[in-house]
Amino acid sequence: MRPFTFERAKTPADAAAAAARHPDAKFIAGGTNLLDLMKLQIETPAHLIDVNGLGLEKIEATQEGGLRIGALVRNADLAAHHRVRRDYGVLSRALVAGASGQLRNMATTAGNLLQRTRCPYFYDTNQPCNKRLPGSGCGAIGGFSRPHAVIGVSDACIATHPSDMAVAMRVLDATVETINPDGSARKIPIAKLHCLPGDTPHIETVLMPGELITGVTLPKPVGGKHIYHKVRDRSSFAFALVSVAAIVQPDGTGRVALGGVAPKPWRVEEAEAELPRGAKVFTARLLAGARPTPENAFKLRLVERIVASVLAEAKGAQV
Amino acid sequence: MHNPENAESPRGATDLTRREFLIAGTATVALTGCMGLGTKSATEMKPQQAAATRVSFHVNGKPCQLELDNRTTLLDALRERLHLTGSKKGCDQGQCGACTVMVGDRRVVSCLTLAVMHEGSLITTIEGLGTPEHLHPMQTAFVKHDGYQCGYCTPGQICSAVAMLREIKAGMPSHVTSDLTAQPKLTADELRERMSGNICRCGAYSNIAEAITEIAGRTA
Amino acid sequence: MKFDMPATTNPIDQLKVIGKATERIDGPLKTTGTAPYAYERHDVAVNQAYGYIVGAAVAKGRIESMDLTAAKAAPGVIAIVTAENAGQLDKGNLNTAKLLGGPAVDHYHQAIALVVAETFEQARSAAHLIHVDYERAKGAFDLAIAKNSSTPPKPGFGGPPDSAVGDFVGAFESAPFQFDATYTTPDQSHAMMEPHASIAAWNGDKLTVWTSNQMIAWSVGDMAKTLGIPKENVRLISPYVGGGFGGKLFLRADALLAALGARAANRPVKVALQRALMMNNTTHRPATIQRLRLGATKEGKLTAIAHESWSGDLPGGSPETAVSQTRLLYAGANRMTAMRLAVLDLPEGNAMRAPGEAPGMMALEIAMDEMAEKLGLDPIEFRILNDTQVAPDNPAKPPSSDPQSKAPEEKHYPHPPFSQRRLTECFRTGAERFGWNKRNPVPGKSREGHWLMGIGVAAAFRNNLVMKSAARVRLDNKGVVTVETDMTDIGTGSYTIIAQTAAEMMGVALHQVVVRLGDSDFPVSCGSGGQWGGNSSTSGVYAACMKLREAVAQKLGFDSTKAVFADGQVRDGGRSTPLAQAAGESGLVMEDAMEYGDLDKKYQQSTFGAHFVEVAVHASTGETRVRRMLAVCAAGRILNPKSARSQVIGAMTMGMGAALMEELTVDKRHGFFVNHDLAGYEVPVHADVPHQEVIFLDETDPISSPMKAKGVGELGICGVAAAIANAIYNATGVRVRDYPITLDKLIDRLPEVA
Repeated sequence: MRPFTFERAKTPADAAAAAARHPDAKFIAGGTNLLDLMKLQIETPAHLIDVNGLGLEKIEATQEGGLRIGALVRNADLAAHHRVRRDYGVLSRALVAGASGQLRNMATTAGNLLQRTRCPYFYDTNQPCNKRLPGSGCGAIGGFSRPHAVIGVSDACIATHPSDMAVAMRVLDATVETINPDGSARKIPIAKLHCLPGDTPHIETVLMPGELITGVTLPKPVGGKHIYHKVRDRSSFAFALVSVAAIVQPDGTGRVALGGVAPKPWRVEEAEAELPRGAKVFTARLLAGARPTPENAFKLRLVERIVASVLAEAKGAQV
Repeated sequence: MHNPENAESPRGATDLTRREFLIAGTATVALTGCMGLGTKSATEMKPQQAAATRVSFHVNGKPCQLELDNRTTLLDALRERLHLTGSKKGCDQGQCGACTVMVGDRRVVSCLTLAVMHEGSLITTIEGLGTPEHLHPMQTAFVKHDGYQCGYCTPGQICSAVAMLREIKAGMPSHVTSDLTAQPKLTADELRERMSGNICRCGAYSNIAEAITEIAGRTA
Repeated sequence: MKFDMPATTNPIDQLKVIGKATERIDGPLKTTGTAPYAYERHDVAVNQAYGYIVGAAVAKGRIESMDLTAAKAAPGVIAIVTAENAGQLDKGNLNTAKLLGGPAVDHYHQAIALVVAETFEQARSAAHLIHVDYERAKGAFDLAIAKNSSTPPKPGFGGPPDSAVGDFVGAFESAPFQFDATYTTPDQSHAMMEPHASIAAWNGDKLTVWTSNQMIAWSVGDMAKTLGIPKENVRLISPYVGGGFGGKLFLRADALLAALGARAANRPVKVALQRALMMNNTTHRPATIQRLRLGATKEGKLTAIAHESWSGDLPGGSPETAVSQTRLLYAGANRMTAMRLAVLDLPEGNAMRAPGEAPGMMALEIAMDEMAEKLGLDPIEFRILNDTQVAPDNPAKPPSSDPQSKAPEEKHYPHPPFSQRRLTECFRTGAERFGWNKRNPVPGKSREGHWLMGIGVAAAFRNNLVMKSAARVRLDNKGVVTVETDMTDIGTGSYTIIAQTAAEMMGVALHQVVVRLGDSDFPVSCGSGGQWGGNSSTSGVYAACMKLREAVAQKLGFDSTKAVFADGQVRDGGRSTPLAQAAGESGLVMEDAMEYGDLDKKYQQSTFGAHFVEVAVHASTGETRVRRMLAVCAAGRILNPKSARSQVIGAMTMGMGAALMEELTVDKRHGFFVNHDLAGYEVPVHADVPHQEVIFLDETDPISSPMKAKGVGELGICGVAAAIANAIYNATGVRVRDYPITLDKLIDRLPEVA
């Protein structure tokens, strides 16, 4: 870990100003991903701005009937919030499917959205990785790629986004709220937050340097059956091979997003019109253009099987 | 420090450049590396005085004030500065749970948090739960049910178990909670799922579950 | 004391302490975090500095240059150790690759430097400033290819590479039922929770290392050899070991580099392997390719058995002896086994819990299940039909190069009887308890909601080894008995069974016994490995206690052959004297070792069991979850049923990992294990493990030792993975022969999802 200076910010404006003063700074909240990467010198901030004192841990109802989640709400608290459990079950389910009890007590809403890939070549600084060192190559292509992405990938990178929470937020049409070092604020639909790798896999989100997530807003609940089906090799404390976040309405329409298959939560709104026609047709649209490796091609079949199972479960529960 | 193989094919690995990479990888060409690729080059890095910060928190009820290298994790502060070595370093990556302590009444992995982020925190470690002469009931139950073997994950398991039972009591849901809106039940499945952040390679899980079940029954 | 005749009645048979389910005497320390592990010894040396290891970035090649300038100038750095400045270093007898690489690099993450600094943070930071240029060399990393150039290995722990009885080829060709299949097992990692860690301190030319090690004497020897100093100048102390499973049998880089770092820094240095280095830096269980051929009559009698195994290792390394059990487990007049070793430039392969049998049983016991189905026989009945009371194939063992080996020339017994063999009873008992008769033999027919249900069985088999082991026992004037031996407790419960042994022998209460372990100043024990530790180390304590009993009797004027030691008293006839009285002011100290004759040659000593497993396989996703597990074990006298049971459930858990998730993934281009942390290399977590049941058959084995005990810690892992594989087949009708059985190997062959 490189030496760094450290300050505790008191307000969002404080934090923004600090970021403006220190171009090499990083915000730290839960620390569960950043510190891991700093130990390996994959992240090397010269300055850390501790944002835990910003007072962003509230969950409040919005005037539109939705929910505003503060950036610092811990994953455990978000999953346990009565409104989330009642109205946004898919989010609660996704959260408790992720990480461990300890990590969910630490990890924050904003940090979870911004966590970096768990690709082992990204983590091993002896190996080439275009995300870590642009231009060095991709170790996973032609190497170990079983856990990697099958869609949205490029010749430069096939890493997945590891979050469960973000997949549920994608299916809930969440909006991410930020402030910039100059004090200006903006709202980013979650669909637009994460970038596909293309030729620039080191650029993972549309956030500008020093831009700080202050909260996430969920629109009014849409009802329906909320399901989060996560598949992994061991029963718990593992990243998804594939996960499916779904909200299915009694008439068979609905929304589906995938985790574990792409560099960002994967959802194709246009494909959802096919949902009532069943898993095969829908999945074919959802995963059109997929480019799996021989090691992870099973994910395509797995997605279809999980979607089928989710649709059956939704139907069964509504009878 | 750049990989000369990549200098030959700098961007956008096509199939052809991949093959070149492979050939280069198995031939005796010079490869530059340190720990490693993707970190800033050695010459770029000026030796720099490690910045330090003063922090005050309570550990097991006792106030302590430390001047710490900012890079010090809470785990290393406990083990190396305060000599509270009950919290274990199993991976230092948040992947094993051996370093579990409680901050307030919440269990956390102390390897993935900086000590200087804990100004004012109330921290409880395994040493704060009981002593060999006066065991905490959870510690007694672990001994009784042989809920450990090598003992290295054990303090983390016990801290995690104590805090986990509070989480159930507080109504926090888990991955195996069938009704999200109901109070979670104290079932074996619930305990196992919630304890899954604490790896025991000796495989004492079945016994640990029995130890926790005994205490859970008592506190339910 | 020599054990060369079967045991008769002895003080252990009183079973006042031995054989009772006993809480571990080290429990209060371990559960309160006060048991001191190696890296935590702030108390043993002042002014400790911190070492951080740099691992090689290539699998094979040479270091062309190493620039230490920036690292040396970094804050807090005291010294940097490399092969260039470490002085002349030899290689340990038990190490395949050098522990400090350079200029040649033998495997990925081989240690090439140690940075010593005032703090851990400074050492870690400076380590990243070391700049290394490598010349990368071509290496062999793919067993499936290297197999073609494999050769017969030197005979070792697993016996000779080849064995043959009768005419396998002829018998197989003429067998009415034939079976031929190939199985693979992957590289696996011990992944013990405590990383390899050491603190080293020099006092003049004397070195003391507080470390985490299973085999103290082996590692003292290899430390001395590597440094080129007399053994007498090396002291190793390892009272608590946070798991080993074979991964801490040897001197490793943490200990050597701590010693070198302490010499360079001129002060004590502590080093722990960072987790991300462990999988490639240390040893692992090597992958195997195994071919099984079975021929049988239509009644199900095996007439031909062949087992061939291929594995790889660095030059000078050893094979995974996966055919061992096949020489002994089932009858059959015509048979052959063969082990072949390929050179691979992957990290060093070596022993992991039940080397040989663990991966060997993974293949053999699926093959038995497949053959039973082919024959239309119940898999348990098929195994019972081919049970044997004599070793079917016991090839002559050539002189061993093992440092602990005894006389090179031994009489050869081609078909020794088993000292005890109750395999059939294990199956019958387990079948009854588990409800085997409720299993539908037709696969894919049982379902609970989304889950396909299946039940599987496999034999458990692991040889019992006996090893010379010494101890020192001291009696003080308060009647406290102190046992000292360099035996280690790696979670196995050594502290407690040794205390139980001394308490039983000397007739004192358990709390009157103090046990001190893991210090090379103590008499040399058998150490912890090969499931020999429990039986052999307590036998050494037995020998020392016999001597102490004689000394006590003599001192008190009793006839030692008649004196009864009980309740803190020594009695004979009407006379009774407190034991403490014999100690006098200075106490009584006795030391002895247990050595073995040829009973382990005249008799085949093995441990047996049967594993029963019920699995649920998700009909849509192919995820396998284990619902129930039962192991029935016949392993001689069980010294402490509580900790022995824990050993078995722990082994069952590790076997579950082997069946369902554990695999070090090889990057075959660059020659390293890619998933080198605990998120990438998955081991079972709480949620994977159901309640586990263990039954020990009531058994004593007087052939093995005066304790009449055998090992259980490795028996428990042997066969589990195959039982799970067989249960998955029973649930789904899908036969997977390549471990681990992950969902991607199942889903294409599962029924369509409605």
